[in-house]
Parts: sequence; structure tokens; C-alpha cells
Amino acid sequence: MDFPSLRELAAGNPWPAIWPELSLGCLALLLLVLETVLPRAARKGIPAVSILGQLGILAVLLANFDTAYRETFNGLLMQSPSGQVMRVFFLVSSIFVSILARASLPGRGVPRVEFHHIVLVVAAAMMLLVQSRNFIMLFVALETVTVGLYILVSYTRSNPRTLEAGLKYLVMGALSSALLLFGIVLLYGVAGSPGLAGRTGEAMQFVGLSQFLGANPHNFVAAAGIVLVLSGLAFKIGAFPFQIWVPDVYQGAPTPVTALLAVASKAAGFVVLLVLVTEVFAAYEWLVGPVLTFMAAATILFGNLAALKQNNVKRLIGLSGVSHAGFILLAVASVGQGPRAVGAVYFYLIAYLIASFAVFGVMTILSGPDDTTQELSDYCGLAKESPFLGGVLACGLGSLAGIPPLAGFAAKLFVFVAAFRAGHFGLLAVAIAGVVISIYYYFGWIRAAYFNDEAPISPEIAQRARTGGGRVLRITLAALAAATVVLGLYQGPLGRLVSGH
Amino acid sequence: MSNLSLDPLLLAVAAPLSLAVAIVLGLPKRWVMKLAYAGFAVPALTALWAWWSFGDAAKESHGYAFLSSYSTGLDGFGIGLKLGLNGISLPLFVLAGIVGLAAGLYAIQSGAERMKTYLALLLVMQAGLMGMFASVDVAFFYLFHEMALIPTFIMVGIWGGRDRSYAAMTMTIYLTLGAMLSLLGLIAIYAKSGASSFDLMALRDTLASSPLGEVTQKHIYGLLLFGFGILVSLWPFHSWAPLGYGAAPSSAAMLHAGVLKKFGLYGLVQIALPILPLGALHWSHGLAVLAAVGNVVVIGLVTMAQRDLKQMVGYSSVMHMGYAFLGIAAGSVLGAGGVVMLMVGHGLSVALLFLLSTSIHRRVHTFDMDQMGGLAPRAPVLAALFLVATFASIGLPGFANFWGELPIFFALWSFSHALTVVALTGTVISAVYGLRAVAKVFFGRPSASFTRLCATQPPPDIGWSEKLPALVLVAAMVFIGLWPRSLSTGIDRALAGEPAAVVANR
Repeated sequence: MDFPSLRELAAGNPWPAIWPELSLGCLALLLLVLETVLPRAARKGIPAVSILGQLGILAVLLANFDTAYRETFNGLLMQSPSGQVMRVFFLVSSIFVSILARASLPGRGVPRVEFHHIVLVVAAAMMLLVQSRNFIMLFVALETVTVGLYILVSYTRSNPRTLEAGLKYLVMGALSSALLLFGIVLLYGVAGSPGLAGRTGEAMQFVGLSQFLGANPHNFVAAAGIVLVLSGLAFKIGAFPFQIWVPDVYQGAPTPVTALLAVASKAAGFVVLLVLVTEVFAAYEWLVGPVLTFMAAATILFGNLAALKQNNVKRLIGLSGVSHAGFILLAVASVGQGPRAVGAVYFYLIAYLIASFAVFGVMTILSGPDDTTQELSDYCGLAKESPFLGGVLACGLGSLAGIPPLAGFAAKLFVFVAAFRAGHFGLLAVAIAGVVISIYYYFGWIRAAYFNDEAPISPEIAQRARTGGGRVLRITLAALAAATVVLGLYQGPLGRLVSGH
Repeated sequence: MSNLSLDPLLLAVAAPLSLAVAIVLGLPKRWVMKLAYAGFAVPALTALWAWWSFGDAAKESHGYAFLSSYSTGLDGFGIGLKLGLNGISLPLFVLAGIVGLAAGLYAIQSGAERMKTYLALLLVMQAGLMGMFASVDVAFFYLFHEMALIPTFIMVGIWGGRDRSYAAMTMTIYLTLGAMLSLLGLIAIYAKSGASSFDLMALRDTLASSPLGEVTQKHIYGLLLFGFGILVSLWPFHSWAPLGYGAAPSSAAMLHAGVLKKFGLYGLVQIALPILPLGALHWSHGLAVLAAVGNVVVIGLVTMAQRDLKQMVGYSSVMHMGYAFLGIAAGSVLGAGGVVMLMVGHGLSVALLFLLSTSIHRRVHTFDMDQMGGLAPRAPVLAALFLVATFASIGLPGFANFWGELPIFFALWSFSHALTVVALTGTVISAVYGLRAVAKVFFGRPSASFTRLCATQPPPDIGWSEKLPALVLVAAMVFIGLWPRSLSTGIDRALAGEPAAVVANR
């Protein structure tokens, strides 16, 4: 028996190339198996198994850091150094989310193991998403991520605000997927139309579509398709004018899920956007450039202005996240000027990851039985009660605000340099205004934690600040705070990586 | 040329910074109080050493000595920690060391609440200040500035006096705006120069052979002028300064008004004037009018109207920045050199004034000058020191400020006769408010509340713990006042042959 065609097909499917994704999937399944076979008393250790398993995968991934470019699965996926960086990024995010969940889920009356299971599946899907070089692959991976997030957002389903957030995310997510899909279909259709030069049947492949677009740089249907694809992605990253879901969903979702949405989901959207803008839509710079420029300016202004008057910290961090999306869009809009802008996007994402998880960690520790009502006034006098949490919060918020010498400053510096080289002077003016506005609300939060001695901290919050969270989370937070400082002063290999040296 | 031997400039940054880190990591309090002396003394001693040996040290291009560089992984962006001093940065490095020592000594004995955190923040600030003036790399110059700036906000917010929350917020927003604008200007220089480096020496070499176009220079200089201007309280962007200084704890006010605020002026003299001479020429008239009319005359009159002693010192510092801007606007070697001398003189005298204001407050429990009077017989040493500080601040010969203001007026005369006359009225104004403050606080009839206070707990004269930091500052002022050449030789060498000089002479 001999199946040459099958063997040929199999030769194009190097399964070992996606071992991190596969092992994450296996780990996810293992968690479910453990829940059924282990006695009830031993099930408490399952989240720890998840975290340790992920740490193991991370260690192997870092030890075999592969910086080669390799096309796998007949062009569905592309391994690249940036893809490797993002694999690490998503794995680190999911580890942090698992740590946050391990500290925050107990006592909320929801199943725990399934949460960790879904986080792992979502992380694996995100890894595939950023490596995909084919629209089918991209859409399937994206939907895996999104469906997982639908469940996670409404996880604490006894809380009406969480349910509302889940519904909103479901409707908005479905709408954005529809837009994206419609855009893909338009692009596929027009690329196959017989009357056009360079028509191709391989339009689902990024390479094929890119060649077609290069041959027809002013096709109206293709332009409409591109705008729809960009709109679908704008939903994912929470960019203007598709940011309306952000505050409600961020507030209603359980805090670990908010962190996952804010960091990993947004980063995945940006990397896909980056790949599409640089590799596929390059011939439509005339269209993509202005669209991104407008989106960046409007996103920065909207996010910062809307965050000014927020008192709920989850809404505040959500809207400030919108403004960060604007800053990253600024870098994406500048990628025409060479690899530095791409490096700036990655560095910004990494700095944002570290700072965000530091803040989300503090929020997790302080959040009460109702996760969705965390007000700025809850933070009054935090630094006196717990200098440690106050310090972590200050490092995280300072980095988000872009205050030197923290990592966020270096990130903003790289973005500004890239934008300057690309000649986006107007956008830079908007960005500077945005930074100054953002100082107001970040500083207001720090002020509540440090300077405010009028309203005393409530006894429950003081109790949580002193002892809540567990040792693992507290050590993680210390490491994150240290990382914001170190990465701001010494970028080391990461700096070389992002500056293309 | 990174090597393993001890780099004094790096030591001046690393010593206070590592002590601050140690405090954060939980150094016990008795150790903190002892080691804090070292944390402030090491930078000061380094500064004195650099001052002493600068004349004989080997110089590289643009007159830089003591050069060393370290990679931080950003070579791809042209950013690296590069330390060195030239004739312009040396005086400010010395200023930072001396004022830092005085502020540190004053803080150690101040008995503030949460002393460990207070000292840690001051040490971070001190590290930032030393690094700021020692940086040859523009990106690190900015980064060190922010490193010193952020603790100021926190110190105002926690240890500040009245309206501290509002003052901290106002300061933060104003100064962030200023810092952001100047950052944009610095990035613009980097991006437009084509040097692919933030290293000031490389930037200047590149731009010497291929200068920027006139329009570009105008735009970038405008960005830098207003960015730095906000940071230096250029009228009408000054309102954060008296508010912030009025609320700031004394050591923070000393370091900010004395040293940190000089960042903007230093940036203009060291970076903007040599690199963007045409831009400087374009903006010089507008700047001169703003500074002469706004900072010197308007703020001078506002200063005269102050009743609050600390606010008055804050406003007077805004006013004296006007002279510095006039020196920059004059666009000559004489003017720029005067600015550097004035920065040193003003830094020392305003730090001394803030220190003494707090000492006065400790004795009379108010900053309201109408509530004071007749303190001189009870605290003669304090009175003498305050008189010295006031004389220095007015710009009498024999103090460092004189050697700053005199060249500026000469340079300004050849720039514009009318503005010189306007600016000269400022010396009269500052004499009026300075001497009136002395009279109100120390002489005249004691107020009713002060008499009551004297009856219950008579205020002592200042002891050594307060006298020592004050004497450090007085000694430096008098030394430079009597021997200005110890700094001016280096300044002249660094400024001579600059493009700014060429522009001014054409």
C-alpha cells in the first residue's frame, strides 16, 4: 500500500514545528482528565499543575529559541523571529492570567479547572493566529480565541454586570468577525475575477493576495475589502470608532479575563494588523496609511479624554488601554519607514504587558466579592496600609503613563522616534497631548494611593491589602515591578531584538 | 572605552541610587541615617574632584573630559550611557553636587515623617541630577532629568505644605507638558540630523559638516524653547513654580529650584544653541521680550506683592530665570557664558533662601511676613545668613550671581539697548523685595503673635545641624564670587568657536 499523495501532504505538515501549541492543548486536556480522576481534595492543585506546565513549556521554548524563517503546513503558517517572540509573549500572558485566576477565582462559586483549560486553549490559538499566513487559518484561529473569550468574559455568571459584559462582547465580537469575514470574502472574490491582471485562485494565501493587490493597486472592491478587514481588527484592538464595547466589557469581566483581553487579545490583534499592513496590503498604502493615521489620532484622544472622568478602575484601565492602542497604532502607521517601527510595536507590547499585569495584580488582590465595583476611592491610603502594593501600583501606573526611567517611557520613546522618521508630525502633537492628559488620571490614581489621607481605607480592603493574594502572586508582582524598572534602564538583548541588531 | 577601573562620574550616579535601592529593599533605619551622609557626600566629593582636576584632564572633541560609555542594549537606536564633562556641564555638575549635599544634610536633620522614604526619594533625585549633567547622550540626559523630576512630585504630594495635592497635580501636568515638548524637540534633532545617534558629540560632528536647514532649525528650536521654557518657568508658563515651591518640602524645593530647573537652560546652552544657531537667532527677539517684560518686570512686581516668604522666594526664582533667558536670547559667547555662571550662582542662592525660609518657619511657625518681625536679636546667625543669601540673590559683587548677571547685561546691551534698560529695572525690584523681606522678618517691631510665642517658648538660633548645610552653600557662593575664573575659563573654552558665536557676529 502506498499513498504518494498522502505522504506528500504529510511531508508538508511538520507537526513538531507547532509543539508549543500542541503541548498547550495537551496540557489543557490533562487538566480536565485530572479533574475527573483525582479525588476531590487533590483537585485544588490543578491550577498549580497548569502554571507549572506552562512554565515548563516556556523554559523549553526559551532554551530552543529558533530565529529562522520557515514556512510550514503548505503555507498556512510561517515561523519567524517575531512569531517566536509572540509565542513567548502569549505564554507569559497566560501564565500571569493563570496566576491571577488562581488567586481570584476561589470563593466565587464558579468551576475553576475549566477556566484554566480555556485560558490554555486561547493562548494556543493566539500563538497560531499570529503565525498564520492564510486567511482561513487566520479566521479559524481568531474564532477559537474569540469563542474562548466569550465564555471567559461571562464566567462569574451570577453577577448581572458580568452577564451584561458577556452579552455585549458576544454581540460585538460576532459583528466584528462578520466584518472581517466579509472583507476576506470580498478580497478573495475580487482576486479571482477573471478580468483582472494577476488574478489568482490562491487568494486565501497572504502571498497570493499580496501579488494580486500589487498588480491592481487601485481596485475599489479590494479597497472595500481591506477597510472591512481593518475594521474587524479594530474591534479586537479596541481602536476608534470600534471601541465602544471596551469600558463595559472590561468592567464586567472577571479581573483575570480583563487582563487577558487588555494584553494578550489586544497584542494578537496588533500583530495580525502588522503582518497584514506590511506583507499583504503594502500596495494599498494610499488607503491604509490615512485610515491608520485617523484611527491612531482618534483612538489616542478618545481613550484619554474618556478615561479622565472614570471612577471605576476597571473602566479606567480599559479606556487607558484604548489610548495605548492608539499609541501602538501610531507605530503601526509608521512601519513604512523600516524595521525600527515594527520593533517599536513589539517593545511597546512587552512593556504594556509587564505594566498592565502589575496593575491587574494589585486590582485582583484588592477586589472584593463583587469584582466589578472597584472604585478609585478604594485605593485611598493603600500605600500606608501596604507599601508593597503601593509600590507595585506606582511602578505599573508610572510605566503605563510613560514616566522615565520605567519601561513604558522607553516604549513611548521608540514609538515617537519611529513616528518622527515617518514624518507624522500632526500625530505626534496629538500623542503628546494624549500623554499629558493621561498623566492626570494615572497620577490621580497614584495620588489616591499615596497622598490621600482624608478618606481612610476600609477595614476589608486593608485586610486584603495586607494578606490577600497568596505568596505566588505577591512574588510575581514584585518581579513585574522590578521588570518595569530594569527594562526602562537596560533593555539588553530585548533592545537589540527590537532595534533589529 | 568601558573598562573595569572606577569611573568617578558613574560613581556619583550609582552611589546615591544604590543607597536608595537599598533603602527600598529594607535597610534598617539606623543604617539609613548613617549611610545617607555618604550618599550625598560622594556626589559632592566627585564634583569637587572633577572641578579640581578638570583643567589638567585630557580633553577629547568639544572639550569633553572624563569620558566613558556603557552599552544598555540600545546601540541599534544610537542610545548608550555616555558620561563626560565639558566646560559647560562642569559648573552645573559642581552645583548639583554642592546643593545636593546641602539639601541632604538639611533633610537628615529635618525630622520629617517617614524619613526613610523621604531620604530614598531625595537620593534618587540626587542620582538623577548628577547623571543629567554628566550625560553626553541626549536620551540619557532626558531620562536622568525625569528620574529627578518624578520624586519631586511625590515629595510635594506627601510632605508638602498647604494645597499640596493641588500643587503636586499642577506641577505634574505643567512639567510633563514641558518635558514632552522638549523630548519631541530632542527626537527631532535626532531624526533630522541623520547621525543615527543620540550622542551629543556625534550629533554635533554630523551637524557641523551638514547643518540643518533654516526652517527646520526654527521649528525644532521653537519646540525646545517652549518645552524647556515651561520647565524653567518662562513667563507666562510659570504659574506652577511659586505654587509648587510654596508647597514643596524644603529639601525638594532646594534641589528643584536650585538644580533641576536648570535642565532647560542647560539644554538650551549645551544642545540648542550650538546645533540650531539659526533657530536661536529667529526666536531671540521674541524670547528677549518675553523674558525682559514678563519674567523680569511683571514677575518682579508680583514678587514685591507677596506676603508669604516661601512664595516670594519662589517668585523671585521665576524672575531671575528671566535674566538667564535674556543671556540666551543675546546669542553671544558672553551671554551664554553669563547664563552658565548665573545658573550656578542662582542655584546656590535660591537653595540657601529656601533652606533659611524653612528654618525661619520653624522658629516663628508661619510664612506670613506680616506676622514676623524682630527675629534678628533672637537668631543673629540666621539673620546674617539670610542677609548674605539676599545680597547674593540681588547680585551684589562678591557672590557668584554677580558674575552671571554682569556679562548678561553686557551681552544684552549689544543686542538691544531698550531691553537692557528694562532688565536693569529688575535689579532695583529685586533689591526692594529682598531687603524688605530682611527688614520684615528680622528687624522692626515683633508682631503680637511672635511676642506671645517668645514668651512661651523663645526660638533658638540655628544650631550646627542647620548651619552646616547653609555654610556649605555660602562657602561655594563666596568662593566662586571671589574666584570666578575657576569656572569661567572652562566655560569660555567650551563656548568659543561655537556656531552661536559666529551667528551673533555676522
